[in-house]
Amino acid sequence: MSEPATSTQPEEPAPRNGETLMQVRDLVKHFPIRKGLLQRQVGAVRAVDGVSFDVLRGETLGLVGESGCGKSTTARLVLRLMAPTDGSIKFDGEEIGDASGARLKELRRDMQMIFQDPYSSLNPRKTVGTIIAEPYAIHGMLKSEGERKNTVQELMDRVGLNPEHYNRYPHEFSGGQRQRIGVARALALKPKVIVADEPVSALDVSIQAQILNLLRELQRDMGITLIFIAHDLSVVRHMCDRIAVMYLGRIVEMASNDQLYAHPRMPYTGALMSAVPVPQPRLAASKKRQILAGDVPSPSNPPPACRFHTRCWKAQEICRQEDPPLEPKEGGNIAACHFPLTDAEVTERVPTARTGTG
Amino acid sequence: MAAPLLEVENLQVHFETEDGLVKAVDGISYTVDRGETLGIVGESGSGKSVSSLTVMGLTRSRNARISGAVRFNGKDLLGASDDDLRKVRGNEIAMIFQDPLSSLHPFYKVGSQIVEAIQTHKDVSKAQAYDRAVEMLGLVGIPEPRRRADSYPHEFSGGMRQRAMIAMALANDPKLLIADEPTTALDVTVQAQILELIERLQSEFDTAVVVITHDLGVVAEMADEIAVMYAGRIVEQGNADTIFNGPEHPYTWGLLSSIPRMDAARDEELVPIPGRPPSLINLPGGCSFHPRCPYVRDAHKRVDPVLEPIDGNPDHRVACLLDSGARKKLWEELQAGVTPQAARQDVIEEGAA
Repeated sequence: MSEPATSTQPEEPAPRNGETLMQVRDLVKHFPIRKGLLQRQVGAVRAVDGVSFDVLRGETLGLVGESGCGKSTTARLVLRLMAPTDGSIKFDGEEIGDASGARLKELRRDMQMIFQDPYSSLNPRKTVGTIIAEPYAIHGMLKSEGERKNTVQELMDRVGLNPEHYNRYPHEFSGGQRQRIGVARALALKPKVIVADEPVSALDVSIQAQILNLLRELQRDMGITLIFIAHDLSVVRHMCDRIAVMYLGRIVEMASNDQLYAHPRMPYTGALMSAVPVPQPRLAASKKRQILAGDVPSPSNPPPACRFHTRCWKAQEICRQEDPPLEPKEGGNIAACHFPLTDAEVTERVPTARTGTG
Repeated sequence: MAAPLLEVENLQVHFETEDGLVKAVDGISYTVDRGETLGIVGESGSGKSVSSLTVMGLTRSRNARISGAVRFNGKDLLGASDDDLRKVRGNEIAMIFQDPLSSLHPFYKVGSQIVEAIQTHKDVSKAQAYDRAVEMLGLVGIPEPRRRADSYPHEFSGGMRQRAMIAMALANDPKLLIADEPTTALDVTVQAQILELIERLQSEFDTAVVVITHDLGVVAEMADEIAVMYAGRIVEQGNADTIFNGPEHPYTWGLLSSIPRMDAARDEELVPIPGRPPSLINLPGGCSFHPRCPYVRDAHKRVDPVLEPIDGNPDHRVACLLDSGARKKLWEELQAGVTPQAARQDVIEEGAA
């Protein structure tokens, strides 16, 4: 690739400029906590607590955050692998938040998922051919054996697997190859959107690069919309057009890739970036590592007002009193913060921001 | 100059298995001085963990064939009896593991586990040991340490468990700390806390650290010296700046150009290393990296390269059959965006000559 991918993407993080494929509004998922003999509900884990975003056709939207921030739950809700407690999900203009039964099955043709663990997401007793053809079987497509085999072998070739290995079992493949099988299975139905949940975090670095390159190439060639979930900010930087940063069940900042990495506004985003170890000793030495004190609070009892105030070095009284709205800040980022970071504060803590192109 | 704190010399660890002889570690040498940090980098199966487990005497099993020398403070560890080793382990040499959940006993309270570690090596009363445990928990940043010492591991978050394990490891003021993927299971912000903690404790107590990781970012931030391992051997060794800014082994180049980086333009293509690591039972002949090396020549399939210092920099050692001048040119080209496939053949020929 020679041209920057960002040139085809809207410069502004404001979502409504491109063609909207999915529209998520005020999405909520609470998991009840039950206790006692009668299993009475005593509280709720607020895994996702009011999340709104749009997914534009053909883009890669990144959801990034630490464990327990709700990024995987959000993705599973959007795919309707679970039902939301509240809120709306529109896919191609149609409300799917309450879809069920046959409608849901139909929807799944347009939405597929690539899982994190290539070892547990493939049935060890089925051949690779059967695994990749499974979506066709489920949806009653390509009924003739020969036709199915041809299509599957084309897919295998497409993702860099040897089509002759059609009859092999998953254990005969390495981790990277298994992840390719997962990608082929996700592509089988030519879905409109694919959710990749930590697709490379279980792989060795050299293999990780192979899979990331494959995903980028497939997306370019097939125009797939990708929702990419990861905790690794370097991987997200490499893959995504727009990025939403999540903390305790909420989106706290959203911006285009370059803008976010060069000018993060929310102190949490800044702290995340500062924490990422830089593979360059010279930059690492010049960095003032921004350490967040303590742990992420429990999502069953999130702090009032701004949820980040308990760990934020810029927090003041208002942060403990008033929940900051998610609104545009300097540079176009949408952030939920009373005291957004200045560029000077960013460069001190995030040396990589200086070399960013934004 | 005093002898180094830890000296590993031509260490070989082979395991006899039903499938054949697994050459997990195949002749590696390194030294670590007091207060210094050595980073050992490599992918799964490169032998990085086995080599340090052997230093701790944790690979002694009936099917293990261990040779070479490991000297700690001048004392031979490979030949030491199990009893002698037990006196060193957890005392002068401590280790922190990747997975804190499986390294802490789920049945005992965190405080008592640290007390046990202290009383094993020091002749102190239980109350004194307990005070020390609480002090250590406080030192690693666990809030309300006295109350938390009375908790079970499952009541701790991942980051807190890792900190508790570090507290246990450091309770006896070890001279050497071996950290095997100390932050891999943790979120970045917690990772930053742990790295900061290790660095702080290291500067306070002048502890030597061996950090084993696949994460190049972690070694860049922590290590003074770096050893890159591939298929049971060290293929490149040098100080951190050299390894990141003037590496000379194609495998190191491969690692560096296959990681996405926050400081690179985002459309920069990753250059993965083709193929995958070899089986340690059946290593390729010649240079064991040759099946994956884009610059391979015929001779490299027969000749086994030795790890030797490069001209002009005795501290930078590389095991590669390409000529050093050619390697420098190739690395420059690689950085300028020339793909390995397009690398000028004449540059490589020079190396073969």
